Amino acid sequence: MKSVFPALIFLVTALFAASLLIGPAGLGLMESLRALVGGDGSPVVQVMQEIRLPRAILGLLIGATLGLSGAAMQGYLRNPLAEPGLIGVSSSSALGAVIALQTGVAASFALALPLAALAGAGLSVLLILTLAGPRGGALALILAGIAISALAGALTSMVLNLSPNPFAALEIVYWMMGSLADRSMVHVWLAAPFMLAGMAALMTLGRGLDALTLGEDAAQTMGVNLIRLRWVLILGTAASVGAAVAVAGAVGFVGLVVPHILRPLVGARPSRLLPASALGGAAMLLAADIATRLIAPDRDLKLGVLTAIVGAPFFLHLIWRSRKVEA
Amino acid sequence: MTLLSLNNLTIRRGTCPVVDDVSLTVSAGEFVGLIGPNGAGKTSLLRGALGILPGTGQSSLTALPPLARAKAAAFLPQGRDIAWPVSVETLVALGRSPHGQTDVNHRAVTRALARMGLESYRNRNAMALSGGEQARVLIARALAQEAPLLLADEPVAGLDPEAQIRTMQVFADLAVEGRGVVASIHDLGLAARHCTRLIMLHRGRLVADGPPQDVLNDKALAEVFGIRGFHTVTPDGPVFQPLGVVR
Amino acid sequence: MGRAVIAARLFRLPKGTKMVNADPGPKACQTRARRLTHGLQPLKSALKPLVCAAILGLCIAAPVLAEAPARVVSMNLCTDQLAMMLAAPGQLVSVSNLASDPLSSSMVEQAAAYPQNRGGAEQIFLLKPDLVLTGTYNSLASVALLRSLGITVVQVPPISSLDEVPQQIMAVGQALGREEAAQALVDDFAIGLAALAYDGPKATAAMYYANGYTSGAGTLADDVLSHTGFHNIGGESGLTGGGTLPLERLIMAAPQLVVTSTPYPAASRAEEVLSHPALTELRANAGFVATSDADWVCGTPHILRAIAQMKIAREVLE
Repeated sequence: MKSVFPALIFLVTALFAASLLIGPAGLGLMESLRALVGGDGSPVVQVMQEIRLPRAILGLLIGATLGLSGAAMQGYLRNPLAEPGLIGVSSSSALGAVIALQTGVAASFALALPLAALAGAGLSVLLILTLAGPRGGALALILAGIAISALAGALTSMVLNLSPNPFAALEIVYWMMGSLADRSMVHVWLAAPFMLAGMAALMTLGRGLDALTLGEDAAQTMGVNLIRLRWVLILGTAASVGAAVAVAGAVGFVGLVVPHILRPLVGARPSRLLPASALGGAAMLLAADIATRLIAPDRDLKLGVLTAIVGAPFFLHLIWRSRKVEA
Repeated sequence: MTLLSLNNLTIRRGTCPVVDDVSLTVSAGEFVGLIGPNGAGKTSLLRGALGILPGTGQSSLTALPPLARAKAAAFLPQGRDIAWPVSVETLVALGRSPHGQTDVNHRAVTRALARMGLESYRNRNAMALSGGEQARVLIARALAQEAPLLLADEPVAGLDPEAQIRTMQVFADLAVEGRGVVASIHDLGLAARHCTRLIMLHRGRLVADGPPQDVLNDKALAEVFGIRGFHTVTPDGPVFQPLGVVR
Repeated sequence: MGRAVIAARLFRLPKGTKMVNADPGPKACQTRARRLTHGLQPLKSALKPLVCAAILGLCIAAPVLAEAPARVVSMNLCTDQLAMMLAAPGQLVSVSNLASDPLSSSMVEQAAAYPQNRGGAEQIFLLKPDLVLTGTYNSLASVALLRSLGITVVQVPPISSLDEVPQQIMAVGQALGREEAAQALVDDFAIGLAALAYDGPKATAAMYYANGYTSGAGTLADDVLSHTGFHNIGGESGLTGGGTLPLERLIMAAPQLVVTSTPYPAASRAEEVLSHPALTELRANAGFVATSDADWVCGTPHILRAIAQMKIAREVLE
């Protein structure tokens, strides 16, 4: 159990390095590494610092966000099926971002875009907790998530279809499936503060989520402030997932798969699962992003396609297993 | 030393009072059995005393801030939730969380496990245990909190006779050691044998408070529970057995 | 001197040419019949009715034999522009709404004179056209529906090289029954094209549009570039037709000429890449930055304006 964290850190570091070194420009290893710290403005430096580096950083942060928020939501709802994609948080963030972009609000001040996505995410988390709070079972949660995802997706499509820009009508795929292609350091500066702040907030929930293992009453009598915990969860998830979706679209299943795989390795303790899921999520997303560059290098293969190929069968397997247990 | 005092505690669900103007004190050394028919308000009383349910009146526990409250009283809820497949020792160690400790080898954790006969269960998956074993693990968690007062909601429901008697004995021992225990119980026989004091609730009101042989009189049994029973005193202690219904 | 002449010709083109209406009509037929019978007085009494009938019959058959449609609707951007250049007055009844989009059409002012259609079969059918001009990739369902309603639809395929421009002009000219006008346009085009050829070493160029789209070998844009002394790096690694050029490869190639497009109003993620810092840097370092516009889109003689622009760019880079 103790060896999980060093192994995860090693994995994330290796994948981060690989992400920096893989791309269509076909640069050599030493050349790439030198260009990463070079300052001469040559094409190699440009490629490394302006194209590869932001992509790798975003892969790391967004993966960590999705893994961590998945673990936090599962801990709070005491339900292993909760994750931001499935319960509609990601789609609502996308809606907020798209509205900001299409109405021109995003251009009015720099942080308008992540804030709009944050608002969308926050509203959906509130809605989910109202419709299917901790006392609601798995069924209520999934149904509420489907409803919110469907509504957010439909509204996003509508906004894009009504845009005067002919490309906008086609970008619903990007928003629903996510992509890190051609992101720049501008996007990193835009989203990183929110993601880091949100993740920091979520990390403080460890003790409370541990106590919630015994149910709300027992947790409360052990000194856990459930109202504060709920709000920190809402705001932390909204900030981190909202910003992530604003720059990369909605990538699903990371928050479902990663905590589930890592839970046995950390003794099922929510407080240990939080940092482990952050690392595991970063690893999974970096791996998926590298895969999009290896599988179909000349096409913009969406991140969400790969995570869904892994995650959706996984989800079905979870449902199947829980059916057998209930029977 | 007073461990709990309630003054005019009233808890309403809608307009109906589920706990109606209850006042009582619990001191160190007492093992109080909280008895009453279904819907009498036993669970609500315990939850209201702890501040989980909002109500009017005073409770000495709710006057404390949450962490101090957690160190003053441990609560064993009726629902035996275990959300994640943690190890038994991890679960019992959760009782130390108000003290900011998580070490599974803390003295309090070891003591609690020993008291409930769970030393060999340390590394087993808590979710994979039988109902009775899980109940013991959850009690161990409450014991690990090492609070002067223990409030337990139906702690022995669904346990086999041996486990029931052992648990009641643990609670009685805690009282003898100088702590206080308030446990709501349906089994009047067990309550009569092990509790030092019984508090009877009827429709939210406190209708009787005293030693078991006084509280379990025929009139009260007929009015409140609608039953008649047999009592006697044996060399092993008082015995009570419900025999039939009267209404 | 040469350039001024070409420019004059180019800028005269969009105004179109006026042609005499060659469609006879029944009244003209009667007049002709009367003139003929005048010279045949002796036979007049016997043959006049017969000859009249025969000539009238021929005149009625004449429109069918000549096949010059009276009402033409165009539902494709490229056929819109060619039809506006070649049609007789009153022959073209409607053009598509794309013809008035300044980002796609070179003839926005002329298009304002025509009612717009959105390419739907119902709208076009109600215009009662004798001929519908469209491309081969337009809504095939609409085309099929129009044909099943008995309307003649001529599909003009898109072209992928400058050599095919005359063919496209003639195709539209024939469909409209305006072969002479089409031939004049073709001749002008050939002269203009020859004058704009560049002989000399090739400079590197790249086209980069929304979504990282580029035009590879075998496209009209590629032909424009090679005609004016450029080597299109989009055609490297065997890319033919349209495709994506990874931003990294564009940066590494550091072309001397970068061609991009004007962004549409409102935001789109597809066009976000055009403001990527690496691309901004590349444009700052390149020798020449050009914006492709409506002239590049269709194989109309307007493409000579684009070619002139590219020739200027090539000469600047010398």
